[in-house]
Amino acid sequence: MLGHTDFASVTEEICAVNEAPKPPRLWYISLVISACLASMLLVLVGYLVITGVGVWGNNNPVMWGFPIVNFVFWVGIGHAGTLISAILFLFRQKWRTSINRFAEAMTIFAVICAGLFPGIHIGRVWLAYWLFPIPNQMDMWPQFRSPLLWDVFAVGTYFTVSLLFWYVGMIPDLATLRDRANNKIKAIAYGFFSLGWRGSMRHWHRYERAYLLLAALATPLVLSVHSVVSFDFAVSQLPGWHTTIFPPYFVAGAIFSGFAMVMTLAIPARQIWGLKNFITMRHLENMNKIILLTGSMVGYAYATEFFIAWYSGELYEKFAFVNRAFGQYAWAYWIMVSCNVISPQIFWFKFARTSVWLMFVVSIFVNIGMWFERFVIVVTSLAQDFLPSSWGYFEPTWVDIMTFVGSFGLFMTLFLLFIRFLPVLAISEIKGVMPEADPHAHDHDQEEVHS
Amino acid sequence: MSQAPHVSTHAREKIWGYAAEFSTPAAITNAARKVAGAGYRWWDCHTPFPVHGLDSVMGVKPTILPIIVFFGGFTGMMLAIFLQVFTNSLEIDLWAIVPVVGYQFEVSGKPLISGPAFIPVLFELTVLLSALTTVGAMLALNGLPCLYHPVLKSTKLARITDDRFYLIIEARDPKFTDEATRSFLESLDPESIEPLEP
Repeated sequence: MLGHTDFASVTEEICAVNEAPKPPRLWYISLVISACLASMLLVLVGYLVITGVGVWGNNNPVMWGFPIVNFVFWVGIGHAGTLISAILFLFRQKWRTSINRFAEAMTIFAVICAGLFPGIHIGRVWLAYWLFPIPNQMDMWPQFRSPLLWDVFAVGTYFTVSLLFWYVGMIPDLATLRDRANNKIKAIAYGFFSLGWRGSMRHWHRYERAYLLLAALATPLVLSVHSVVSFDFAVSQLPGWHTTIFPPYFVAGAIFSGFAMVMTLAIPARQIWGLKNFITMRHLENMNKIILLTGSMVGYAYATEFFIAWYSGELYEKFAFVNRAFGQYAWAYWIMVSCNVISPQIFWFKFARTSVWLMFVVSIFVNIGMWFERFVIVVTSLAQDFLPSSWGYFEPTWVDIMTFVGSFGLFMTLFLLFIRFLPVLAISEIKGVMPEADPHAHDHDQEEVHS
Repeated sequence: MSQAPHVSTHAREKIWGYAAEFSTPAAITNAARKVAGAGYRWWDCHTPFPVHGLDSVMGVKPTILPIIVFFGGFTGMMLAIFLQVFTNSLEIDLWAIVPVVGYQFEVSGKPLISGPAFIPVLFELTVLLSALTTVGAMLALNGLPCLYHPVLKSTKLARITDDRFYLIIEARDPKFTDEATRSFLESLDPESIEPLEP
């Protein structure tokens, strides 16, 4: 961080986001827009339940359509949070303390949006509990050899563990807000959720160990979630889906899109709430490097898919890929390639990695590109598989499109409420990595320290 | 705890302990070393963030948390095996008294007990139960949630979660006496000393 010499000013500056008597006007405007979109989502889901899945563009053969595209898109976005919290924590990357809380919150809200789509895609929403192994009078159980059921467990576990990780990390900071509360409601609310935390060193000892264990548990989990999501495709027989590259390719893509979404949210937030001392150019540059790396991995995976399709000599496999690039959905394919593979290449240059506007634009491009990647995978393979007589063309209806837009409303509403009411940065962790926090540091040398 | 000889029950009612305030991690670490050396047992340091090395200076034993978590994860794994084998393949006839029959799917030519296909759920449930155990056991060992604590009562000590470091010796410590402990804490050169009400 920049320009901080004592612990109190860290507390002061971060808590200012929650304690300002009024949030910035832009917060109100964004909240109103987001809440309207979220309400629209609610209405559209209601419309769907009352009317049936015919309101969507899903057809035979493209039975998955928008809901599954959106599901994979949102789950992918939900990867950066736990990656930053867990994997960067284990690698002792101290710069993560400025962005982890943020990214974890984003993860949780993205997974909430993701969980919505398969839930409504099943058609008879009121039977969604059939996904879980609940004893019932029909003596009927879920099919554990199906990747779709693995998905239920993978996403459910991921959500629970991410939520625990986020909450445990937040307990000491909630206690800070509790101790600074200036009215009864705040004192009770923060007091309730901080569980009576009092910073005892004996507690910290177990707390740190628990945090380390959670990080160690979450690390394989992050890598497993999108692998399991990719099994939904890879375990089937469809040309273009039935490939072994899917798990690593999906994980790289998920991290790529997750980091892009962190950038999209962090850049305006640090501008509006004056958190530039904490989320510094160095953090943004590091994230841009990860975007460049994972973007190139995704590009490499696209190339490998083509090579293997040709090398396999399989008629259907070859057709599936040529058809992706030059068939009826070529427009989607080339949007995907230009957004995902070409646009992040600008981060080879330092001026691009340190230009706020440029990186914001690229992060938006990546978000668009990654949505189209899932569209290309889901729709092209389903629309034209083995038998030309069963081919079709998928067109979304207005309900499809507006439901997707509405999910952004839900995501942003939750995120804006988080920024206002919960500690946006990990206060105690930031203090812990300050040079003054080292018990062996004899009075501070006043040098500019980046951490 | 046995009763300390010099403290009357009257004094005990009034005071729960003494809190000495420090402003740097180095200061509280030095003070903690002396308190541990003086043989106190019921004492603690309260800090805004975990101060590295302070727990070993205080003589905090390594937590048994990882062992508890291992058993949590193991339970999750066994649960997953049982769940999948029972619901998808099992048929036991316990001496023809208790017929236990799962839902036997014949799907895509896979055997009823198909190991590879059971691995994802097995992994997920192991991680899920480990994580729940980690958080649950950490809170339980720490005695949280805690509705009331003398440390939380003092408004001065609210700065624990901001920028102050407090070393607290509790009155229930066998070595605790009102005057001696207070002067001992004063010898540690704190910023201030605060008596805590129970």
